[in-house]
Amino acid sequence: MALDRWIALIILGFCLIYGYTAWFTMDVGLAPFMKRNPIWPSTFPKILSVLGATASFFILFGVEKKEDKVLDIDYRRLHEYKVGQAILLLSLMIVYALLLRPAGFMISTGFFLILGSVILGERKWYMMIPIALISTFFVWYLVQEVLGIYMRPYPAWFGV
Amino acid sequence: MLDGILLGLQTAFSIQMLLMVIGGCLIGTFIGMLPGLGPMSIIAIMIPVAISMGDPAAAIILLAGVYYGAIFGGSTSSILLNAPGVAGTVATSFDGYPMAKKGQAGKALTVAAIASFCGGTIGAVLLMVFAPALSSVALLFHSAEYFALMVVGLSAIAAFAGTGQVAKALLMTVVGLMLGTVGEGTMFSLPRFTMGIMDLQSGLSFVTLAMAMFALPEALFLVLNPPKPGSGKSEEIKGLSITRQEAKSIAPVIGRQSIQGFFIGVLPGAGATIASFLGYAVERNIAPKGEQKEFGKGSIKGLAAPETANNAACTGSFVPLLTLGIPGSGTTAILLGALIALNVTPGPRLMIDEPQIFWAVIISMYIGNIVLLVLNLPLIPYIAKILTIPRNYLIPYILFFTLMGAYIGQNNATELLILVGLGVCATALKFADYPLAPLLIGFILGGMLEDNFARSMQLYDGVAFITARPMTMILLALAVSLILLPSIRSKQAKIKANRVADGD
Repeated sequence: MALDRWIALIILGFCLIYGYTAWFTMDVGLAPFMKRNPIWPSTFPKILSVLGATASFFILFGVEKKEDKVLDIDYRRLHEYKVGQAILLLSLMIVYALLLRPAGFMISTGFFLILGSVILGERKWYMMIPIALISTFFVWYLVQEVLGIYMRPYPAWFGV
Repeated sequence: MLDGILLGLQTAFSIQMLLMVIGGCLIGTFIGMLPGLGPMSIIAIMIPVAISMGDPAAAIILLAGVYYGAIFGGSTSSILLNAPGVAGTVATSFDGYPMAKKGQAGKALTVAAIASFCGGTIGAVLLMVFAPALSSVALLFHSAEYFALMVVGLSAIAAFAGTGQVAKALLMTVVGLMLGTVGEGTMFSLPRFTMGIMDLQSGLSFVTLAMAMFALPEALFLVLNPPKPGSGKSEEIKGLSITRQEAKSIAPVIGRQSIQGFFIGVLPGAGATIASFLGYAVERNIAPKGEQKEFGKGSIKGLAAPETANNAACTGSFVPLLTLGIPGSGTTAILLGALIALNVTPGPRLMIDEPQIFWAVIISMYIGNIVLLVLNLPLIPYIAKILTIPRNYLIPYILFFTLMGAYIGQNNATELLILVGLGVCATALKFADYPLAPLLIGFILGGMLEDNFARSMQLYDGVAFITARPMTMILLALAVSLILLPSIRSKQAKIKANRVADGD
C-alpha cells in the first residue's frame, strides 16, 4: 500500500476517535438548558468527523484517479538521503525547547546555533562561534530591549 | 469631498507626517520580516509610542505605515524562507517560494513590491470614492452570509488541488478545521479535545501551525536532500526586473485583485487572509490551461494575485473602522483602541467632525505605498542575498527563527515541542504528496466559520438560515460549484481527448 493510503488510514483512525468523542462523550456533562439550543458544542465536530471519514475513505479506496508526479524526495529511497542529520537536528530542537527556560536564552540559543552548524558538517569554528554569539545577542536585544517581550537571558541562578 | 482631500493633503504633506509614514513603513518592514511578529503584534508594540505623540492624525498615520510595512515584510519571509508569519501572506508563499527556489528571488520580491503598491494604491482610491456608500453595504452582511463566505473561502481549496488531489485537499481542510476546534471556543465556554492538557486550553497557535506546516518541513527537506553544487538552486539571484511581457500578464491580475481584495476587506471579519486565498483561487481558475499548471510551481500570476489582494484588503478594512467604528480585523481593532485612547471616536461622524484625521489617513495611504516601493525596490538585491548564505549556516537559523516565531507569541516552551511534533507530521504528509496549505486555511477560518454557523443556527433556530437568506444561498451555491468545477473540467477534457482519439 502506498504511503498516502497509509496516512489516509491513520487520519481515518484519528477521525473515528475524534468522532467518537464528539458523538458520544462530549455532551454528557452538558447543562439541561444548553440542550434546548439548536446548536451544541459537539454539533460542528460531529459534521467534521463525518466529512473527514468520508474524505479518508475516498483516498483509501483510490476513488480519485492519481496523476504520476515526480516528488522532491522519494520516501522509498529514504536511506539515500541525510536522514541522520535531520533526526539529529530535530533532537536538537527538542533539547532547545526543554533548555530554553532553565538555561536562559543566551546559552541555549548560542549552543543551538553552533551545534546546528556542526551537525550539518561545518568545522570553521572561528566563523561559527562569533556569528552565533553576535546573532544571539542581537535577537535577544531586539526582542527584549526594543520590543519589550521578556526573555530570560541567563539561568535563574545567575540572579540576572 | 474636494475640501476634505485638500485638508488631508495639507496635513499629510507636513514634514512631521512624512517622517511618520517613512518611519512606520521602515519599522513595519524590518520587524515584519521576523516570522511570528505579524502586523497585530507590531502595532500593539508601537501603540505606546503613537499615543505619547498626542496628535491623533500623526499617531494613526504612523500606525498605518507600520501596518503596510509589516504586511510587506511578512511577504519577504514567505518568499525567501517559506515562513509566513502572518495569515495574510500564506498564499504569497505558494508561488513566491518556488520562484525563490528557482533562483528568481529578486524577481519575486519585485513582483511582490509592485503588486503590493498597486493593490494598496488602487485600494486607497476605492476607499476615497466608496467609503461613505460602502459602510451601509457592510452592515447588510449577517452571520449567515459570513458563514457562507467562509465556506466559499474553504471551497477555494479546489483551486489549490491539481488533478487527483481534490480528495486529499478536502481531507487536509477538514483536519485543519478539526485542529481549529481544539481548546475553548468563543461561543461555548467549554474545553474541547484538550485531553486534559492545560496548554491546549487556549487552542493551538496559528504561528506554531504555520511554521510547522511550511518552514519546518522545507528546512528538513533541505537537510535531507541538499542541492547539488552547480545546480543553480537558490545560489545566485538572477534578474531583478520583470520583462514587459510579464508586466503585461500580471496587469489584469493586479487590476482584478485590487478591486476584489478591497471589497472583501470592507466586510468586517473577512480581511486580508480570505482576500488573498480567494484572489489566488480565482486567478488560478480563470487562468488558461497551460498557465494553470504553473500555479504552485512559481507562477508570477500566482504571486501577484494574493499580494495585490491582501494589500487592497488592508486598505478596505479601514472602511468599517473609519466610517462605522467597527474594527473588521484584529489589527484594526488595535487601531481603534489607539484612536479611542487619543480621544477620537471613529464612526459615521468622524468624516464631519474631524475631517483632517479622516482624509489625512487616506492621503497617507498613498504616501505610505510610494514610500514602501521607493524604500524596498533598492533594498531587494540585499534582502534576496539571504538565500546566498551557506546552507550550514542558513538551516540552523531558519530552524531558530521558526522556534522563535512560535515562542515569542505565546512565551511558552511547550509550544516548541508542539511545533516539532506537528512539523514531523507535516513532513510525513509532504512525503505522501498531501497539500499542506488547505490544512492551514482550514485552521485559520475554522474558528470564524463555527462562530458564524452557531450564531446563524441560534438566530434561525436551525438550518433555516440557508433558505431564508438569498445571499447565503447564492454564496453556498458558489462554494459547491467551486468544488465540482475541477472534476467537471477534467471530465470535459477526457471527453475531448477521447474524441480526438476517435478521429472526431
